[in-house]
Amino acid sequence: MTSGRRAPWRVRLRRLLTEAGAVMLGIALLIWSVTPVYNMLLIALDPEEGEVEFSGNLWPPEPSLDSFRVVLTQDARYLEHFWRQLGNSLYIGLTTMFLTVLIASLASFAVGRMRLGQGWLRTGAVVLSNASLLTYAIPASLLVFPFHRIMHDYGLSNSPCAVIAAQVTFASPLAILILLEYGRLIPIELDDAARVDGASSVEVYRRVYLPLTTPALAVVATYALVLVWNDYLYQFALLSSERHMTAAVMQAQLFDDADPPWNAMMAAAIIYSLPPVAIFLVLRRTMTAALTNWWR
Amino acid sequence: MSGAQQVLAAGPSVSVSGPGQPPGHRRLHGSDRILAIAFVAPYAALFVAFAVYPIGYALWMGSTPSLYDDLIHDPRYLRSVVNTLLFVGIGVNVKMFLALLLSGFFMRPRWWIKTLLVVYVVPWTLPAVQACISFHWMLSGEEGLVDRLLSVLFGVDGPIWFNHRSLALGANIVAYVWKWMPFWTVIFLAGRMAIPQDVSDAAAVDGASGSRRFVHVTLPLLANLYLVCTLLSTIWTMGEFTTVYFVSGGAPVWATDVLATLGFHYAFDVANPALGVAAVMSMLPVLVPVVIVLMRRLQTRTVQL
Repeated sequence: MTSGRRAPWRVRLRRLLTEAGAVMLGIALLIWSVTPVYNMLLIALDPEEGEVEFSGNLWPPEPSLDSFRVVLTQDARYLEHFWRQLGNSLYIGLTTMFLTVLIASLASFAVGRMRLGQGWLRTGAVVLSNASLLTYAIPASLLVFPFHRIMHDYGLSNSPCAVIAAQVTFASPLAILILLEYGRLIPIELDDAARVDGASSVEVYRRVYLPLTTPALAVVATYALVLVWNDYLYQFALLSSERHMTAAVMQAQLFDDADPPWNAMMAAAIIYSLPPVAIFLVLRRTMTAALTNWWR
Repeated sequence: MSGAQQVLAAGPSVSVSGPGQPPGHRRLHGSDRILAIAFVAPYAALFVAFAVYPIGYALWMGSTPSLYDDLIHDPRYLRSVVNTLLFVGIGVNVKMFLALLLSGFFMRPRWWIKTLLVVYVVPWTLPAVQACISFHWMLSGEEGLVDRLLSVLFGVDGPIWFNHRSLALGANIVAYVWKWMPFWTVIFLAGRMAIPQDVSDAAAVDGASGSRRFVHVTLPLLANLYLVCTLLSTIWTMGEFTTVYFVSGGAPVWATDVLATLGFHYAFDVANPALGVAAVMSMLPVLVPVVIVLMRRLQTRTVQL
């Protein structure tokens, strides 16, 4: 056999092996990503209440959606106020999302597009935006203790506003950074053209800036919502009454109980997990566009 | 609220530095100046009221020396320090390194890999509390999914995970990696996409194999991004609370607590918030240098407003 004929054969074998390796890795990643989610589903679909009996089946013998009915009708311990708790979470999440988008877009518009010149105004803006990054240098779990006290001073103890204020503060610096970077992709001449046509700064912000930064705003909004949805510590520490309890805090009570209604709790967990997953799936394309653009 | 969400702060370091200030041939006039101040004011107010003040307050709360004396004499404290170092040291490095490798895998132009990416990112969007509870339940007791699978597939009696310190610590790390790795993978993926294709092509034409292209082309170009992300992740992971609190819950008997969960215990179970602050604050000697290095790194390319 000449080496001329052997080469393609080797190359083909190598490609085949690489491809097979990729498929194996893909399967491994699929199992890795899905197992904990599958576990939630498995428990939720099990009709037995109480202690989970997983008897080696990869699927419950008699899967039942009863636990979801139990959640929807608030018919189990801990879940008596499920809708109100989910409502509380949504209220905090959506308000944080809205305020983060508003505050961050206003600040980044002023800093990035209003030509602050070289005076104290610009210096102030630069100092503020660098200092804001420091917010990330301190672990959130360190700040929760002083927050607990400070909110009392502000008259916000046991108020959802306290959690919202904390989360907006944590979400804003990164949001501003993303918006500033993204804003650089938009020619400032567009603003100038609008101004020549007589638009005021407020109008430029509303009619030019907001529409053009939509993809970045989508990223910022999702980021803020995910931040709230992942949080437990702040919602637990800053909201003490039953009335303001959020879904995340309710779920955590599982650990105080020896025999909780597991399947219903897992069904509740699945329902609670839906909003961010759905938002991510819907905004995925817009977000990737913004992320990759921003990166260049 | 562990860090990973906050993430993208790493951005500017890789962005090939864009035009800094908008070309300033026109300056603001009076009314616009006031407007600019009004636009920045909400954020400035928020920053002062909810970041500067609490940070100052925390420093003041944790400034009593006797608190640290109490800490040193609590055996749980020293164990938590060791756990925190293990959790951060192993968790962050494993996560970042795998994320870097996997981002290369996700670059492959195949339809099924693109679909897989969406599934792979789902853990990041799942709420942390629920995901961690699921992990806890997968491992606890004999009914846990993992032990059942072990006995069904291999006829092995699985260990009681939360009875052994190393296994419980390992479980925390695995859950943590599972939750946050996708996020960093996406960041590295974006970083790789920003590398012009011709650079890699040129190396391929010159006969560089896949692994050599990775070492000599991709790695040097991603090095800064990798470093910045690792530093950020280190900072955020130091304060990680949710994973440890919900996966092992400190089991067996406080043996796997990290500083954040220990601080929580001091503050809310023992009602001694100052001691809680002190416990978390004792991370500062490690945290501050990391922050300084990070700020320097960011400054090199950077946040030119």
